[in-house]
Amino acid sequence: MIPDGLLYSTNHEWLKVNGKTGRMGITHYAQEALGSVVYIELPEAGSRVTAGESLGVVESVKAASDYYAPVSGKVSAVNGELPDSPGLINEDPYGRGWIAEIDLEDPAELDGLLSAQGYREMLQKEGK
Amino acid sequence: MTETLIFELGASGRTSSPLPDCDVPARPLKEIIPAGLLRKKPPGLPEAGEAEVARHFTRLSSLNYGVDTGFYPLGSCTMKYNPKINEYAARLPGFARLHPYQAEDQVQGALRLMYETQRYLAEITGMDEFTLQPAAGAHGEFAGLLMIKAYHDHRGETGRRRVVVPDSSHGTNPATAALCGMEVQQVRSGRDGTVDLEALKDALGPGTAAVMLTNPNTLGLFEREITKIAEAVHRAGALLYCDGANMNAILGISRPGDMGFDVIHLNLHKTFSTPHGGGGPGSGPVGVKSGLAPFLPSPAVGFDPAGGRYYLDYDRPLSIGKVRSFYGNFGVVVRAYAYIRAVGGEGLRQVGEDAVINANYLLSLIRGTYRVPFDRRCMHEFVVSPPAGFKEAGLHTVDIAKRLMDYGYHPPTVYFPLIVEEALMVEPTETESRSTLDAFAGALLEIAREGFENPQLLREAPRRTPVSRLDEVVAARKPVLRWRPPAAEE
Repeated sequence: MIPDGLLYSTNHEWLKVNGKTGRMGITHYAQEALGSVVYIELPEAGSRVTAGESLGVVESVKAASDYYAPVSGKVSAVNGELPDSPGLINEDPYGRGWIAEIDLEDPAELDGLLSAQGYREMLQKEGK
Repeated sequence: MTETLIFELGASGRTSSPLPDCDVPARPLKEIIPAGLLRKKPPGLPEAGEAEVARHFTRLSSLNYGVDTGFYPLGSCTMKYNPKINEYAARLPGFARLHPYQAEDQVQGALRLMYETQRYLAEITGMDEFTLQPAAGAHGEFAGLLMIKAYHDHRGETGRRRVVVPDSSHGTNPATAALCGMEVQQVRSGRDGTVDLEALKDALGPGTAAVMLTNPNTLGLFEREITKIAEAVHRAGALLYCDGANMNAILGISRPGDMGFDVIHLNLHKTFSTPHGGGGPGSGPVGVKSGLAPFLPSPAVGFDPAGGRYYLDYDRPLSIGKVRSFYGNFGVVVRAYAYIRAVGGEGLRQVGEDAVINANYLLSLIRGTYRVPFDRRCMHEFVVSPPAGFKEAGLHTVDIAKRLMDYGYHPPTVYFPLIVEEALMVEPTETESRSTLDAFAGALLEIAREGFENPQLLREAPRRTPVSRLDEVVAARKPVLRWRPPAAEE
């Protein structure tokens, strides 16, 4: 449930880098902890975000939580399917449940993210 | 067994009471009301007989669950039993029939009751002055933060706009800060579930307006470093706000004012035994240290010892203004006053002690079966996670909560605080007997056993309620908010 080849944040976001753009979403662990997602607030396409800052809010039947930008840059696309089908985040967190694409501002930021192995170890350490 | 709506009962033309003939001359509506304001069709009001009406509402009332029907261990809500003597007091005609515009000399008793309640709450919490205006806890937080903002602004420190909250805080704390136009900064809890003093110190700065804390916190743990926290907050020029939701744990034992808090809101409908929600409105008085007193909402209830008179003080130039129509929910204040007077100082201390003993006793009965993430002597409530192995069996806290309803209990608070996975937050309060606690623990242990032997029983719970498991996703995404008569579906 933690695919190799993606990068991960300690806030439970994933990032798939493709050239100068990164596609992000929340991890399988995060969607499971949240429970059934009923609403998502997406960032505005074209807006500038800073790594670690709140990108929007995801709301489940249990709780509402912020999710964060794993890297800084311009939001180049958002997943238009999500407002009508937020359940995609539960069904396919790494696929159709993606949230946004960010044009990377500083590729060096990627070094601060975890590998699949690193994220796996972090969850294990926290007993999850 | 569900109940139809009153609109679906009865029949056209059916009434409850024969009305006498009209004894004034009738005039056509068109002569009195402009044609544009008249309905085209008569309103779709229910038409039912008295027996039908009485039975309908009696059946509905029997579907309700409250502290008068059973144990209600809803964590963070202090669902203690509400003594009936409070209701008697609030219904005395001298209180119940007052009009808010009556002259002060006609309402001296009511003003005295408000004044004395303010003094009692100040003594109980270690604060200097109180307002009774806010209508509930979150409203009290709002008034409290507005005062903090006004305080900083008055001192020329207009840059203080950041509010620090721990990640275990009640959701209302950051929500209040945001509503007041402040910026929210969250700090992570330490390993033991309490505030991490170093992390908090790092978060403090010249832009910090306040730190909002609940003590004991939402895990039911007492913040042992509270005086050091207060010192750090004050050194940074910020103020310390106390979310008084958990005041029941420390009643008569320790006082937030002595710990270094500058502002506190109380919930009379929690700590002081007045009804929650459907049983009546709430009340969220706010207490402050003297430095913040000029900013309290207006009017304040004052006493003039020379004339021996109580009065409403509108002459408060620095006040944040009115936060509620008239003087707050007066009827609720009467109930809280009755409770404080009936229980007395020693009694309030026993309330706090018994609340803590009950929580620790209940925890001791289920510890070992349910997991306790922050296992320390708890205060008035505790947080547990489902038994080991539940996750692997595909069972969640929600399944335990739903199954408890089959045993006749209101479920505890679930999935809060957010820092505990699959949290189950239990607050028994002091009003429960040992036999009630034993029976509830028995149900929790039985459910743990059922989870391993017959997990389906939990997944499909509740079965003994009027409606079974509801689809919360559909309820959140496609709520049906009103009923439409079949004829109107065009």
